[in-house]
Amino acid sequence: MSLVTKPGTRYRSVVDQTEVIVVKPASGPIDLRCGGHPMVSIGTEAPTGLTLDPAFSAGTPLGKRFADGETGIELLCTKGGSGSLSIGEVILSQKDAKPLPSSD
Amino acid sequence: MHLGMLLEMAADGMADRVALGPLASGLTFAELASRARRLGAALEALPGERVGLIDLNSPAVPLTLFGAAIAGKPFVPINYRLADPQLRAIVARTAPATIIVGEGVLERVGPVDGIEFLSRAEALALAEDPEGKEKDGWGGDAEDIAVLLFTSGTTGEPKAAVLRHSNLTEYIISTVEYAGSAEDEAAIVSVPPYHIAGISAVLSSTYSGRRVVQLEAFDPVAWVRTVREESITHAMVVPTMLGRILDIVESDGLGLPSLRALSYGGGPMPLPVIERAVGLLPHVGFVNAYGLTETSSTIAVLGPDDHQAAFASDDPAVRVRLASVGKPLPTLEVSIRDAAGIEVSVGERGEICVRGGQVSGEYLGRGTTLDSDGWFPTRDEGHLDEAGYLFVHGRLDDVIVRGGENLSPGEIEAVLLEHPGVLEAAVVGIPNKEWGEQVVAAVVTSAGVTEEDLKAHVRSRLRSSRTPDHIQFREELPFNESGKLLRRVLRTELSEAFT
Repeated sequence: MSLVTKPGTRYRSVVDQTEVIVVKPASGPIDLRCGGHPMVSIGTEAPTGLTLDPAFSAGTPLGKRFADGETGIELLCTKGGSGSLSIGEVILSQKDAKPLPSSD
Repeated sequence: MHLGMLLEMAADGMADRVALGPLASGLTFAELASRARRLGAALEALPGERVGLIDLNSPAVPLTLFGAAIAGKPFVPINYRLADPQLRAIVARTAPATIIVGEGVLERVGPVDGIEFLSRAEALALAEDPEGKEKDGWGGDAEDIAVLLFTSGTTGEPKAAVLRHSNLTEYIISTVEYAGSAEDEAAIVSVPPYHIAGISAVLSSTYSGRRVVQLEAFDPVAWVRTVREESITHAMVVPTMLGRILDIVESDGLGLPSLRALSYGGGPMPLPVIERAVGLLPHVGFVNAYGLTETSSTIAVLGPDDHQAAFASDDPAVRVRLASVGKPLPTLEVSIRDAAGIEVSVGERGEICVRGGQVSGEYLGRGTTLDSDGWFPTRDEGHLDEAGYLFVHGRLDDVIVRGGENLSPGEIEAVLLEHPGVLEAAVVGIPNKEWGEQVVAAVVTSAGVTEEDLKAHVRSRLRSSRTPDHIQFREELPFNESGKLLRRVLRTELSEAFT
């Protein structure tokens, strides 16, 4: 399944609590998954009866960013969960935070 | 992204952290969110398309900012210090709206068509009501208007700057690490709620999980006392505030031991003040931030390391960076352009233009001021140095044209302020038959400084065309409460005095 991502679109996992928002869209359609299964837009019906794939169960922490250099996608986790984000079988890496000095 | 989501993330991940008020008795993020959802449900049902606020700082400020977002209505904080006729005019422009008001405001404004007033106490009661229903989710989407801020109108009719949810959230998620604050951090907020810094303080603190302690309004004695009593670690001040804070710290000698980071912005900071601050508060990391209402706050930052490097350096090109606003944020672009819109070379002055997701550049009823490629012309004059540090020289509209030569008041003011006897300085152009405009300065000095001293001081450092033709010695300069010099007022007064 392929998703055409847009900034601000939100997706949720079908096997755990994870939710993400698109910060930067991918250059083309991507097979965005969480816990080993394709994610769905928030507000749409999700398939039932699926379970978390142990190979994709390291977890997605709330507030962390995930990026993929190849497709350009950048996601922010808005609800943490036990599944790991991936594009196809390739796990998305957490983006290092480069905090700026607090200015306000 | 939507402001409602920032609050929800804070409440989900940091539910039991104290968000607002004293550590022992303040509201947690879970409580803040729950009250904002109750107020949001009430505001959705109340009349009007917008939610205004005319009040000092109180818990009603963050609750109304988030409550309005949850209700799907723009939040419009209005300057309570405006004279009654101006305040009434802005209230009328906010209609149809429900406006939350502090003490004495209703008596000043009177009834206005299309406006429903709610007292601060009534708004807080709606937020606290255990019987009140909490609104699920939030109203509208990321492209809706989150905040309308009336500009100070120092040069004309106030304009309402439009900040959309996407502008503000882009700023927050690109500059603040979620839950990145240590549990013991606390910020004091003393800037007024109608200032962009008041809005960004609420949003940054919420997303980073930093406790906020509010002062109703800035007062140097209360500020110093609160920083000490509440173990405040972070603060943001405008230049006029910092000098008054330092006076107290210097005279009582007790320092500000808990303070870790002090950010300043909102106007040019005289170099002698920041040097004094670094001397009195050697353990504090200083941050100079430059931004505009129209850019959702900060667009360039000079951080603590930059301050230290500049102080420690013998290289004049590095040392002068103390007078810069640092480097543009990595998530946006800055371009310096000439009057024809062509980018100028490094070191050359021009108009500061900026592009990025946090940049709005839009005014209600007037549309966008962005060009077709998305660049916002700030009307500020500046230049970039070889290492990418941005220097701001003042408003382009304040440039003095003397005999065909463009003179920047900021440059002459900086030189005047280097004189040890000058405490405050402002330079404006006034009409002149021979030159078109002539250069006039207004200064506040210590005793014993003469007009000839100052003219000789400027002449020795700048060309003679930049030496003020007249200098007026005054008790004080006209600043508004955000520390912005009222140049129009000053220009009128100096024109009357010298023509």
